[in-house]
Amino acid sequence: MRDDPTNHDPHAHETKEKVDDSSGVSRRDFLKISTISAAAVPILGTKVVHAAGVPVKVYGPGKVPVELTINGQKHTLQIEPRVTLLDALRDQLEITGAKRVCDRGECGACTVTLDNKPVYACSVLAIEAQGKAISTVEALMQGENLDPIQQAFVDNDASQCGFCTSGFVVAFKAALDKNPNASPEEIRRGLSGNVCRCGTYHGIHLAIAQMAQKGA
Amino acid sequence: MPDYNWPDAEHRTLIGKRISRVDAPFKVSGRAKYTYDYRGANMLFGKILRAPYAKAKIVSIDISAAEKMPGVKAVEIIQKAGTTAQWAGDEIVAVAAVDESTAEDAVRLIKVSYQPMSYLVSDAEPPAGAGEAAGPMSEDDIDDAISNQTPDAQLVKYLQDHGVTFKVDEDFLNDMKGEGASDAVLAAIQKAEYHAGKGGGHSAYQKTAAQTSGDPDKAFAEAAVVSEGLYGSPVIVHCCLEPHGSVSEWSDKDHLFTHISTQNVSGIPAQMAEPLGISAANIRIHQDNMGGGFGSKFAADRWDIAAARLSKKAGGRPVRMMLERDAELKVAGARPSAYARVKVAATKDGTIIGWQSQSWGTGGPGGGGMPPIPYVFSIPNQHKEHTAIRNNIGPARAWRAPNHPQAAVITMGAVDDLAAKLNMDPLDLWLKNLDITGPRRDVYREELAIAADLMGWKEKWRPRGQNVSGTVARGLGLSIHTWGGRGHASDCDLTIHPDGSVDIKMGTQDIGTGTRTTIVIVAAETLGIPIEAINLYIGDTLYPPSGGSGGSTTPGGVSSSTRRAAVDAREALFAKVAPALNAQPGDLECVNSTVRVKSDPSRSLNWKQACSKIGAMPVTARGHNDQVASKNQPDLTNSGVGGVGMADVEVDIETGIVKVKKMVTVQDCGLIIDLKTAESSCYGALVMGISYALFEEKVMDQATGRMLNPNMEFYRLAGLNDIPELVVHMMTGKGYDERGVIGLGEPPVISPGAAIANAVANAIGARVSFLPITPDKVLAALSQKELAQKAGA
Repeated sequence: MRDDPTNHDPHAHETKEKVDDSSGVSRRDFLKISTISAAAVPILGTKVVHAAGVPVKVYGPGKVPVELTINGQKHTLQIEPRVTLLDALRDQLEITGAKRVCDRGECGACTVTLDNKPVYACSVLAIEAQGKAISTVEALMQGENLDPIQQAFVDNDASQCGFCTSGFVVAFKAALDKNPNASPEEIRRGLSGNVCRCGTYHGIHLAIAQMAQKGA
Repeated sequence: MPDYNWPDAEHRTLIGKRISRVDAPFKVSGRAKYTYDYRGANMLFGKILRAPYAKAKIVSIDISAAEKMPGVKAVEIIQKAGTTAQWAGDEIVAVAAVDESTAEDAVRLIKVSYQPMSYLVSDAEPPAGAGEAAGPMSEDDIDDAISNQTPDAQLVKYLQDHGVTFKVDEDFLNDMKGEGASDAVLAAIQKAEYHAGKGGGHSAYQKTAAQTSGDPDKAFAEAAVVSEGLYGSPVIVHCCLEPHGSVSEWSDKDHLFTHISTQNVSGIPAQMAEPLGISAANIRIHQDNMGGGFGSKFAADRWDIAAARLSKKAGGRPVRMMLERDAELKVAGARPSAYARVKVAATKDGTIIGWQSQSWGTGGPGGGGMPPIPYVFSIPNQHKEHTAIRNNIGPARAWRAPNHPQAAVITMGAVDDLAAKLNMDPLDLWLKNLDITGPRRDVYREELAIAADLMGWKEKWRPRGQNVSGTVARGLGLSIHTWGGRGHASDCDLTIHPDGSVDIKMGTQDIGTGTRTTIVIVAAETLGIPIEAINLYIGDTLYPPSGGSGGSTTPGGVSSSTRRAAVDAREALFAKVAPALNAQPGDLECVNSTVRVKSDPSRSLNWKQACSKIGAMPVTARGHNDQVASKNQPDLTNSGVGGVGMADVEVDIETGIVKVKKMVTVQDCGLIIDLKTAESSCYGALVMGISYALFEEKVMDQATGRMLNPNMEFYRLAGLNDIPELVVHMMTGKGYDERGVIGLGEPPVISPGAAIANAVANAIGARVSFLPITPDKVLAALSQKELAQKAGA
């Protein structure tokens, strides 16, 4: 059986209840204030309301300016607040390494990192990603050279159609960033929220063995 | 004539080696572009309104509010009022808008009234006597069959066999043409024999086959042992990670450019031409990479045609129409189910002498046929009947090795139960009956020995239910399989430029199988240059046509056409270079990036110098592989492989959870071009096998008529941690290499399901009849066994 998906960081991000400092709103709080935001007057940009005694930014409806820092570069967009980080990357900025597959946090093909933590970009709103360092698969190569993780995928033929591969590579990188000496077991856990249909897992197991050896 | 034959082992420097997939660096870095990644200038976003009912007459459609919505650029009715939607998720209206959310909002503004009709989404065993004999088709039957997307070949054959109940006239043919009937179907309707009567095929249950060969009654009467059982596989879906879809744009009113996620680049224009009313020559198709098809991406689908029409209405602006995940799972491909009650008869020593089966299954509204049972074993005395269930679950599509995995589950399960009844090791029973497996029997014998060795079969195997330790039961299972895999038609243009650069153009596609790698290895081997020296262009109708990538036909097709083009281009080069080397063209060879005299290698030019002799114009050669073997002189591809799958499983008899501990596959496929990607095809097939054996099922709800699990949480695919030690052994060398190139996509995915089902039966001492082998079914089988034991005691 696969590991419980809640072990995978992206899912953990989705379900955690504690207040996130940067956006200032948890999911539970969001439920409490949802009636307030629904009643807010349509304006461009953001407005601050107080919900449960906490100041909360209200976006939209309609397009709002959103500033994202992606692979070290700042981008300013005019998008509706309902646009996910994934769609902002792909449809607005043509950064297409992260793929749209399930679009609801079940497959990992859209994995990117926010401040070095892996997230499912389909399950994060672009407005939520503001002020964080967003990193995608496109950032892994150093000039013409593949990252050692990418080279391990090439060496062990860990991609077939390749549509899941970006997500695996980013989740792999996040697992090693968290612990450069990660054991194969820890890396596997880091990848347990990603799914491949062609069945490249044998190659991925070999890539894990190759990288864990390097870390050891 | 130049020698096109594959070089022999001593002269192969690249073919058959383990070479890394040439496009892997692009895939691991996000640089590989897929149809879903393409963004045309001013691109619009398409969305589709889908039928909420499993079957319903469309009474009226009101698109006025959607058309008026700001941001909406075009609305296209796909199925007009008066037609019948045949499954939940059937396409009704398509919308194109400036962004995706606007398109979604517009779809919500469309008002459709439906008259829901009775439907069937179950594929449970037909009630006794429910099967209706096939009869001639009425006008409605044909109309239904076409709107159900019944495969052409199936409909044509049915019309040939059973005829029609009415006089066919021009009006009817024009109507059917409007519904999208192909020329082949129209011709079959025209030629169909007239039979008066009410017509057949109105029942959901259609008897499609009743076949008897030999003398089954006698065989069963004389048999020492008869084993009976129930076996089957449910409908599963393709769940391609890149969904089906396309981006279409018009450069002018007669010229269409479509990016499409397809296994069939060269075959798409002909399919789009008729519905769009332009000639196929005016349609350009392009695809760089494709995110999974597995047999479901050969067509220009309704949504693709809709996207092209929306684009035209929107002044030619590109319209992207990629399916959402739920639609992908509901409508874009399903593998037919197949279930059977089987009796197998054998003599005391285990020689199989008789087969009886009552089988059923569904391929959606089109019904479907009997899987090829008994599979691989040509049992001498047989009686079999099949009932096709026509229901409203959505259309079926080819799924990797169409019908073979289902046939293997039924046949190999029945033979495995026979072994248990005979108290025989299944490996011995299989070996005993290899004489009835046809021309590959010696291959099977060799492969079974290797697989048994790799699995440790003889050391590990125990009789059923006798390898239990605490709550863990361990078991082994096996299965064998076969496939064709001859190369398809393929054209290849190879050009050598005067500066020494080389390019290849071919309208094929790499669907993740390593087709690019295959092509450049063959060309580099033939020209004696490194694979990096070759620029390869595929995935476009601007290039010479090459067949669709299905049925394991691509490796044989593209390797043969590339070999011929490369040999011819090399000969042309030799003719230009020979005078400079003071030799005859026939005396030259290409080795290590030089052109040299065979008998005196010191007389040589390096590749660049040699190519400079070409003159001002490059040399281009066209290589062709014909689908018909006899038209290829010599034939560089072949057909017919055998393979073995073995599984070692652990079953927790308290929870019913099955864990696969080890899988082995041993496979032949003629001359292997790239061993590394060939092995990957097998590893991937084992993973897909574990996935469909243990997890996958398209679950339909009879109460609502809808699919209950159209997402990736409840349509479960195997994950990294479900995958145990996988062992792949490719048969190569003498007896294999000289057969030529044979495809490999299908065969290794056939046996894993049957092998795992048999291993579970071996572990727990009871048969879990139907895949997927989920914990509830394991526990049910165990309690059945316990009840039977109590009753017997």
